[in-house]
Amino acid sequence: MPVVKDAVCSLCGSLCDDITVTVEDNKITKIENACILGHSKFVGMLEHDRIETPMIRKDGELVPVSYEEAIEAAAKILVNSRRTLSYGWCSTSCETVSGAIQLAEETGSVIDSTANVCHGPTALAAQEKGAPSATLGEIKNRADVIIFWGCNPVHAHPRHMVRYSSFSKGLFTEKGRKGRKMIVVDVRKTDTAKLADSYVEIEQGSDLLLVTALRSIVNGHEDVIPETVAGVPKAEVIALAETLKNAKFVCIFFGMGVTQSRSKYKNGDAMSSLISDLNQHTKAVMIGMRGHYNVTGFGQVATWETGFPMAIDFARGYPYYNPGETGANDLLVREEPDAAIIAAADAGAHFPQKAVRHLARIPVIQIDPYPNPTTEIADVVFPAAVVGIEAEGTAYRMDAISLRMKKLIESKFKTDEEIVKDLTAKIRELKRGA
Amino acid sequence: MSEILIKNANVCDPAQGINCETMDICIKDGKIVESVSANAKVIDAEGRLTMAGGFDGHTHSAGKINVGRFINPNDARKNLVPGLSGQVARTEKTRAQVGYNTPNTYAIGYRYAKLGYTTICEAAIPLLAARHTHEEFKEIPILDKMGLSLFGSNWQVMEYIRDKEPEKLAAYVAWGLRASRGYGVKIVNPGGGEAWGWGKNVSGLYDPVPNFDVTPAEILMGLAEVNERLQLPHSVHVHCNNLGKPGNYATTIETMKLFEKVKPSRDRQALHVTHVQFNAYAGTSWRDFETGAPMVADYVNGADHMTFDLGQVIFGPAVTMTADGPVEYANARMLHEKWSNQDIELEDASGVVPLFYSPKSFVNAVQWAIGLELALLVKDPWKIMFTTDSPNGGSFVNYPEAFTYLMSAKRREEVISGFSKMALDRMVLPGIDRELDFYELAVMTRSTQSKMYSRPEKGNLKAGSDADIAIYDILPGQIDPSIEYAKVKKAFSGAAYTLKDGEIVVKNGEIEATPKGKIYWVNAKVPSAIDSAMQKDIDVKFKKYYTVSKANYMVEDMYLQKPVEIATEGVF
Ligand code: SF4
Ligand SMILES: [Zn+2]
Repeated sequence: MPVVKDAVCSLCGSLCDDITVTVEDNKITKIENACILGHSKFVGMLEHDRIETPMIRKDGELVPVSYEEAIEAAAKILVNSRRTLSYGWCSTSCETVSGAIQLAEETGSVIDSTANVCHGPTALAAQEKGAPSATLGEIKNRADVIIFWGCNPVHAHPRHMVRYSSFSKGLFTEKGRKGRKMIVVDVRKTDTAKLADSYVEIEQGSDLLLVTALRSIVNGHEDVIPETVAGVPKAEVIALAETLKNAKFVCIFFGMGVTQSRSKYKNGDAMSSLISDLNQHTKAVMIGMRGHYNVTGFGQVATWETGFPMAIDFARGYPYYNPGETGANDLLVREEPDAAIIAAADAGAHFPQKAVRHLARIPVIQIDPYPNPTTEIADVVFPAAVVGIEAEGTAYRMDAISLRMKKLIESKFKTDEEIVKDLTAKIRELKRGA
Repeated sequence: MSEILIKNANVCDPAQGINCETMDICIKDGKIVESVSANAKVIDAEGRLTMAGGFDGHTHSAGKINVGRFINPNDARKNLVPGLSGQVARTEKTRAQVGYNTPNTYAIGYRYAKLGYTTICEAAIPLLAARHTHEEFKEIPILDKMGLSLFGSNWQVMEYIRDKEPEKLAAYVAWGLRASRGYGVKIVNPGGGEAWGWGKNVSGLYDPVPNFDVTPAEILMGLAEVNERLQLPHSVHVHCNNLGKPGNYATTIETMKLFEKVKPSRDRQALHVTHVQFNAYAGTSWRDFETGAPMVADYVNGADHMTFDLGQVIFGPAVTMTADGPVEYANARMLHEKWSNQDIELEDASGVVPLFYSPKSFVNAVQWAIGLELALLVKDPWKIMFTTDSPNGGSFVNYPEAFTYLMSAKRREEVISGFSKMALDRMVLPGIDRELDFYELAVMTRSTQSKMYSRPEKGNLKAGSDADIAIYDILPGQIDPSIEYAKVKKAFSGAAYTLKDGEIVVKNGEIEATPKGKIYWVNAKVPSAIDSAMQKDIDVKFKKYYTVSKANYMVEDMYLQKPVEIATEGVF
């Protein structure tokens, strides 16, 4: 029976690449090394409902159609659209993203990723101050002080701490967890915080205050710090700053608690400056805890193909980028798109009401292995093979290292990559005919 | 396409000693041949300057450049060199384009082709991140590509050197090239990348690397030895220690001297030193900073074991990107600029910082002069490869502008006239009246590259070579580049024709076709016993220290578009 080693888990941004999968009769029968989230993804294809067939909405109902009919219908929607929003593309391969970008370019669409509702501000912060980072192995081998700020890896990235951070062991970190100081900064005592050596509880939305205070202390201006900062007593803030300064190697892992709280990208901007200042005293880096397994990949591919990581508007024929104006939600709230293609993401569940309301009014094309709230408002639905299990392709880990995801079992479903290719070909054909 | 006859070409092909002679060039099935049939398609060059396709042997065009794009979205709109920069809408033939220093992948391919360039070498591939480089290569149209893999701060390399295991080191380098599909050995600030893992640096050739008990000099010599043992097509490609620091010319010369004892195993240099402009600084601080180019040039004139490239500065915005992590941090602090950093576990460091070279800054003015001084004071152009270390010194789209500096003293004077007295006191350029001719320019942009990378089918127009050809709108006998530099610049900015493998890809400065280019990589053979012994050692590295598995580390075949495997035989 085939046993596949070193398979990549396509669930979270940890992108663990040490999964052993046993396949019998084209079914996954055993999964080793994955965490509970990863495990449920590998077996999920059997346990969860799949979208079983291509569908088109007729008289309010989604009815099964052939793949060709669905391609034809979707192509017509896109050809007739004057302002298409293409959204998602984060739980799929880089090869698919590349195809989606080409499709967006040829149809003059706006293309955006799920970063629009998670780590988008991280990109903005990097555009302000840069991204002082390192690969995860640097943390594993060197870091003696690790901060998790506004993130909860115990639940969101379950193997992160064992493979890359708190508990990992490396050349200069032989003692693993014992030789490390683990600090959690958050607004509530998460399960990750419970594992930490120290937990700094801050007031909701006050991340920027604390980062700024830490910078002041690191730069020798302790005197300007008020008695409490972000709800944290001055002495504790000073102690934290000293811990950072006296470390050999500091890594701040930050999550959506930072990027989506008040001050948004300003938090990341200040944190980047803090990292730069800390490097006057020690070695320090920061890494964003990206959620979807390939949201980093979308950013990478989009950047090399268009110059921009997200929110790319092709209406002018060349890429135009102005987040706040060209983000998926910006467009929807302005009720601008007259059609949408949503792939490997769930706008229906994650967008604000106003945006979803507009989506419900316009033709929506969905590409996804599983039905979700977006399916409810979709007009053409393509079932897709699950990338990383039924389809191969490239994904980028949270630290921008790319890995090859394997195809483990056969699937009757087309891959995202094929669907996008077929759709693009059909659109070209229709345009030539016109 | 199969047969083409280029008539009345004014050929400048230093590899054959041809200096602007009018002749015909025959092409068949993508190669240059002695003759073609009467059915051949005819291109009338009308006496215009014809060279082999340009070859940029050191450019940052895939991989790290993406960090540059990411942190500088403002670069996308910059249109400082119209026709070769800025936003360009898609057409039936071309993808959408953006950028100046950090163009998107498509723009890189089109714009190099417009300059008459057909081959590029990416200067730094981190082994662990090599897949990314190849993903970008795939999206760079037209050009043939290769890349240099980073070995200079690699744990396994340093351990083998410390433990005096040259054979295993050779096996490791061969494996690393295979894993990353690299073409050659790049060494950046040897040992400095590891020191930067702790926020430190090494201060020179004999400053030991923390925890590894080897010196930069030992790393250089160890890697040079295996480079020759493996008979690699390129020599080691070195970015010296102390880059960007006043007084560093001494380290640079010391490094060059170190290699006098290295015997090349092929008919090429034993050492290539890159972007020497950044490593030819005299003085002791930024206050008494001055050119060190005369000293470096003096040494190079007496040496015959090495080549170097310029790293010429172009005034205006640039983006520095290098595996030299500590240099980028220092840049960012000094210039109060944004700073990106990416240290690579067990291997190296890297950083990206944007900056602006201003002729009003005396330091920048002197940097600008140093690149040209090196090019003009070194007598033999075969030792020199023209680069701006794009986009570190400036974007490659400025090459035509830079060519005018090399070909016209008058043009240089124009620029120099804007410098401060202080700047003029610190350079020797105003006293240099040498002007390069087309032949020397062809050497620095084509012939040196062909020789130093052992790619005899590139950078020349011999029968059997790839039909990569540039025809420029210049009539060599009827132009005086030292006066008519504006014409020279215009002609080099948009080739009349660029042919790639015998296909017309550029005509009258516009893209005609966008074929896919080849990828060159080196597969060096090592005896299996030595390879197995080495594999055992790296298995430990993967088990204990890396965060990816060995199987997933190797770049898979599917990432290589039109791969060309260059096999070499290691000598053991
Ligand atoms: S940590 Fe993330 S990538 Fe790793 S096994 Fe769990 S879900 Fe998969
Ligand atoms: Zn370089």
